[in-house]
Amino acid sequence: MAQITLVEAVTQALAYEMHRDPRVVVFGEDVGANGGVFRATDGLQKTFGPDRVLDTPLAENMIAGIAVGMAAQGLRPVGEFQFMGFIYPGLDQILSHAARFRNRTRGRLSCPVVYRAPYGGGIHAPEHHSESFEALFAHIPGLRVVVPSSPARAYGLLLAAIRDPDPVIFLEPKRIYRAATQEVPDDGEALPLDRCFVLREGSDITLISWGASLKETLQAAEQLAGEGVEAEVLDPATLKPLDIHSIIDSLEKTRRCVVVHEAPRSGGLGAEIVAQINEYAFDLLEAPVQRVTGYDTVMPYYQLEHVYLPDVEGILAGVRAALDYRDGGGQ
Amino acid sequence: MHKPRMHLLASFDIARLQYLDEQGRATQELPDFATPDTLLALYRQMVLARLVDDRAVKLQRTGQLGTYPSSLGQEAIGVGTGGALAKDDVYCPYYRETGALLERGVEIKEILAIWGGDERGQNFRHAPCDLPLAIPIATQFLHAAGVAFALKYQQKQLHKPPRVAVASGGDGATSRGDFFEAINLAGVWRLPLVVVINNNQWAISVPRSAQTAAKTIAQKAIAVGIPGLQVDGNDVIAVRAAVADAVARARSGEGPTLIEATCYRLCDHTTADDAGRYQPREEVEAAWRREPVARLGKYLRSEGLWSDEQEEELRRELAEVMERALRAFADTPRDKPTAIFDHLYAELPEAFLEQYEQLGRLAEGRD
Repeated sequence: MAQITLVEAVTQALAYEMHRDPRVVVFGEDVGANGGVFRATDGLQKTFGPDRVLDTPLAENMIAGIAVGMAAQGLRPVGEFQFMGFIYPGLDQILSHAARFRNRTRGRLSCPVVYRAPYGGGIHAPEHHSESFEALFAHIPGLRVVVPSSPARAYGLLLAAIRDPDPVIFLEPKRIYRAATQEVPDDGEALPLDRCFVLREGSDITLISWGASLKETLQAAEQLAGEGVEAEVLDPATLKPLDIHSIIDSLEKTRRCVVVHEAPRSGGLGAEIVAQINEYAFDLLEAPVQRVTGYDTVMPYYQLEHVYLPDVEGILAGVRAALDYRDGGGQ
Repeated sequence: MHKPRMHLLASFDIARLQYLDEQGRATQELPDFATPDTLLALYRQMVLARLVDDRAVKLQRTGQLGTYPSSLGQEAIGVGTGGALAKDDVYCPYYRETGALLERGVEIKEILAIWGGDERGQNFRHAPCDLPLAIPIATQFLHAAGVAFALKYQQKQLHKPPRVAVASGGDGATSRGDFFEAINLAGVWRLPLVVVINNNQWAISVPRSAQTAAKTIAQKAIAVGIPGLQVDGNDVIAVRAAVADAVARARSGEGPTLIEATCYRLCDHTTADDAGRYQPREEVEAAWRREPVARLGKYLRSEGLWSDEQEEELRRELAEVMERALRAFADTPRDKPTAIFDHLYAELPEAFLEQYEQLGRLAEGRD
C-alpha cells in the first residue's frame, strides 16, 4: 500500500466519498483543473466532471452562502477556502446561517456542509496566509470544528465530517500537508468526531495540542522520555464540541498538563480547555495548567514567524514549569 | 483637445412591464392567465395580506407581538410572485413578504409565531422546502443560488424534474455583495434562479436615490450578463406575468432573471420605526394613489367582476380567517425551555448534555 501525505489523504477521502455518495459536490477557487493551490482536489474534476467539481467566481462569502442553499436542498457540499485568512468575508454566512439553519427551522431544514480551509503558519507565505483563528469558529453554537494532525486522521475525520448531518469547519494544518507519509487504506472507514485521540501514553504529564504543533509536541515528548519523563499526548481533533472527558481521564493519571497551540493566547482554545479542567478536575491538579501558544500579536511576516510559533524548547519550558511547580518554590 | 475614436462594444435597454395603470385601466391586452377567477383570487390574497399586516401591527402595539415589518404597499409583489411558482419550486424570502408567504401556503399563525418570538413559525408546514425568512440583508440571494444549483444538479445527475429557486429582497439589499455575488454566479453557472427586488424606495430611512447612482436596479443584471427588467410593482398582473415568464425560462434551462418591481413602502420600516421622520408627506400621498389593492379593485369593478356587496362579504370572511389565526397563535403553548438545545445539532453532542440538564433543572417550575 502506498504511503501518502496529509494533503493526499484529503484528496483520497474526497474521492472516496464522491464515489460513494452522488450528493457530494466540491467547489471553491481553483479546485477544478488546477486541483487546488495545495493540490487537495487534484484529479477530482477529471474523475467526477465539472458538474461535481466546480471552480467558483472569486468570492469567499459566496462559497459560504451557496453551500447553505445546496445543503438545505439535500446536497452534501464541500466548499474550499483557499486559505483561512480569506474565510472572513464568509463568516456572516457561516455564523448567521450555516450554524443556525437547523435550529431556526426547528429541524425542518439542515446544513450538512463541510467548509475546508488550510490554516496555520510555518510555510513562509505572504501576510494573511498563516493565521490560526480556530477559536473564532469554536465559539459559534451549532458548528463543529475539526483539525486533523496526520494523514490517517485527515482521511477518517474528513469522511466523518462529510457524512455528519451538521456543518463542520475542517481546518487543515498546511505546514504538515507534506511533512510525513503514512499508509492510509482507502477503505471508507470514518474516524469518530467529538473524540480525543491519545497519540502517546504516559503517566507524568499530559500534553494537549492539535494540528501542526503536535509535531513539536510529540518531539518534546520524545525528548522528555530520554530524561525519564513520560508524557501523554492528546489530540482533541474536534475542537468543538470538546471531548473534555478524555482529557480528565488523562489527568487522573498525570495530574499535570500543558496545552500547546499556534493561535494567540488570549481567548484561544487553550483558555477554554484550562477553564473546563478547572471546572471538572481542579482537585486533581498538582500544578496550574500551562499554556504554550502563539503570542497576542499579529502573525509576523515569515522572517519572524519562527519566533512566533511554539517550538520544542518552548514546550519543554512549559512542561518544566508544570513539573517543577511544587519543588520549584510554588506555594 | 482631440477626442480619440472608440468603438461601441455593448449597449443595453431596460424594459418596464405594466398591464394596469394607476386608475386600474388596462394599458394592453392582459396575459392568458388573467381569467376572472385568477384575478379574483389575486385580489383576495392581497386583501388578506393587508389584513394580516394590519392586525399584526395592532398586536405589536398592544404588546402581543414583537417587532413586526409590515408589507403595506407591497401586496402585489408578494402575491404576484408567490402565485407564479409551482408548488415544489423553492422560495427564498426576505423578511417583508406577507403576501408571498400566504401564497406559498405558510399559515398566518406561523407568520405571527415568527414575529412573536417562536422559531416554530419557520417550520412552514405547507411549504416544507422553502427557506426560512432571512433577517440579515441580502444573504438569502446566495442561499437561493445554492438552492438553484442543487435543483439543477438533482435534475441533471439524479434525474429529478426541473425546479426553480425564487428569491426576494429589498432595494437596499442590492447594495450588498451577496446580491451581486449571487446573480453573478447564477449567470456563470446558468442557474434556474429568479431574483425579485421589492423596490419600495426605502431602506429604513435611506431613499433609493442614496443606494445607487444607477437609473434602475434592473440594469444591475446587465453587469453580470443576465436578463433584467422592471415591472410596475403596484400592478399584480404585471408582477405575476414577469415572474411566471422568468420561472418558465429558468425551468426550461434558460438561466436566471433579475426582476425589479417598483412600489412604495406605505408603512414604517418596522413597528420600531417612524417613517414620518423621513418620508415626505406629499410623496406618501401620491404613492397611496398608485397602491396595488385599490388598483386591481377598480379594474375588477370596471369589468363588472366586483361589487360593494362582494367586497363586504370578502372582508367578513377574511376577518373570520384572521380571528381563527389569532386564536391559534394565542393558544399555542410556549415551547419548552430545553427546546433551545433540541435542534442545535441533529443529535446533541455529549459535551453539551450537562448544560442541557442544567437548563432543564433551572427552568423547572419557572415557566
